[in-house]
Amino acid sequence: MIRFDDVVVRYPRAAVPAVDGVSFDVPVGTITAIVGPNGSGKSTLVRALLGRVTLERGVIRVDGDDAATLDRRELARRVAVVAQREEPAFPLPVPDYIALGRHPHAHLWSAADPGATTAVARAVEDADVRQFMDRATDELSGGEWQRVRIARALAQNARALVLDEPTTYLDIAHEMSAFELLDALARRGLAILVVSHQLNLVARFADRVVLLHRGAVAASGSPSDVMRGDVLEQVYEWPLVVTRDPAVGAPALLPLRRRRNA
Amino acid sequence: MTPASGRAALWIVLASALLAAALAGLAIGPVRLTLAEVWYALGGRGDVTAVAIMRDIRAPRVVLAGLVGAALAMSGAALQGTMRNPLAEPYLLGVSGGAAVGAVIAVAGGSPFGVIPLGAFAGAVAAVMLVLAIARAGGRRPDPRVLLMAGVVVGAFANAVIMIVLASAPADSVRNALWWMMGSVAGATWGQVGWFAAYGMLSVTVLLVIAPEIDVLALGDDAAASLGVDVDRAGRRAYVVASLLAAATVAAAGLVGFVGLVVPHLVRARAGSRHRGVIAAAALAGASLLIFADLVARTLRSPSELPLGAVTALAGVPFFLFQLRRFR
Repeated sequence: MIRFDDVVVRYPRAAVPAVDGVSFDVPVGTITAIVGPNGSGKSTLVRALLGRVTLERGVIRVDGDDAATLDRRELARRVAVVAQREEPAFPLPVPDYIALGRHPHAHLWSAADPGATTAVARAVEDADVRQFMDRATDELSGGEWQRVRIARALAQNARALVLDEPTTYLDIAHEMSAFELLDALARRGLAILVVSHQLNLVARFADRVVLLHRGAVAASGSPSDVMRGDVLEQVYEWPLVVTRDPAVGAPALLPLRRRRNA
Repeated sequence: MTPASGRAALWIVLASALLAAALAGLAIGPVRLTLAEVWYALGGRGDVTAVAIMRDIRAPRVVLAGLVGAALAMSGAALQGTMRNPLAEPYLLGVSGGAAVGAVIAVAGGSPFGVIPLGAFAGAVAAVMLVLAIARAGGRRPDPRVLLMAGVVVGAFANAVIMIVLASAPADSVRNALWWMMGSVAGATWGQVGWFAAYGMLSVTVLLVIAPEIDVLALGDDAAASLGVDVDRAGRRAYVVASLLAAATVAAAGLVGFVGLVVPHLVRARAGSRHRGVIAAAALAGASLLIFADLVARTLRSPSELPLGAVTALAGVPFFLFQLRRFR
């Protein structure tokens, strides 16, 4: 569905590229996770997909078409993105906010497109945000706002969903329910790409993990392939052990305290 | 009250306010007319003097005030959404400074009074272009903050130019320029109304067409980009159209402050979250406000007139303070 092919991004006046020759696939029906330390180029990949930064080399393909030359509205009909941060300039009612997900489908003059009502209703159902519909965007908690943003992205009716750190500021229950939601969406045939710092959640939910280190892919494959103590320790530059979660069998990461006299 | 019935109530209130302001503007003046006389005079019947006052003086003046107020309010509503900033308004973004420079140069250069609007318009357009150029030269992408700062810089530069020109200009031309800068729709003609309406109609149509893009831009750059909007181009387009609309008001009525800032705030919370609605509601409210302000300007100390810009500022400040309480 989405394919990053040898992507190189360099910010103006930067000595080294932020993303340096990254290639991976995001197939439909799966969750693909990008992990890596701060500044490893995760969000830059998302910005590159959106056309917010230009590629120095390589190509990002969406359904085989070059994302850079694809019409922006067409791109938005294929790929929905929940960016890292978002604050509307003026608070708006939640239903109106979710309906903005229909923007790529709307025509110039008509207030709404034919599929709007069903798409919005379904997005509200899937993201489980019905109970927030009588509130405004500035009357939601962090977790509620995140769900409402996912609902807006779902209203786009795209076959790919990209989320940049969707669980920041969320407590355990909201974190889990967000990933459960992604899991359900993937099983329904969406291609999910999630940027996350929550390695233990990623290990349990993702089908494929791409580990970035200084803009390049340090490891990729199944969670068990990538979540190896030696690899992670080197990338994160922090002592850690990887065990196996006894309850679910997924790899589990435990960062260690630094020994005082070490 | 449900949002839908609240919305309907808002439109009824706005339409009634505009009607009331227009009738008051037509009826009240040195020669006070009853509503029946207004009606007859507009139709060309009744007292010849009343017909002349109505058709040649008051009606064009009321209509021009309404159009200018509507244009300023629409421009402000669009700019606040585009810039994601509740303080954005045409005057903050260089338009007023550029217009004032153009007008002052025209006056100080000894041009006849009728040339001032042209100078003002040229100055406003030049300022808009300058702001865009500065924002682009600022490197990277011209994001709203850069555009806003560029506007402030151009405004400051304009102020300096005005001071220099006025310091070396003859006293009576200084007075002319100052008077013009305070705003007025006195002496409005149907010709003025005609060209302003034609020009304004064009800008407003474009503004309403791109209004859904402004809805999305108000969410922020990344969100707007993910919804298929070319953030840079859409933002620039909205800025240019809104600013050119404001530039025309400057040519028609001089500098009338506060309308573009205050009116969008008055209607925004009530007209819904979509900018088509906000812009339309701002137009009605802005028209009513300016017709009313002009009525105050010409009757409070009749036969002499108060500057229109001073009246809108005096009326705008308490309104704005009231609105501020709603911010949390």
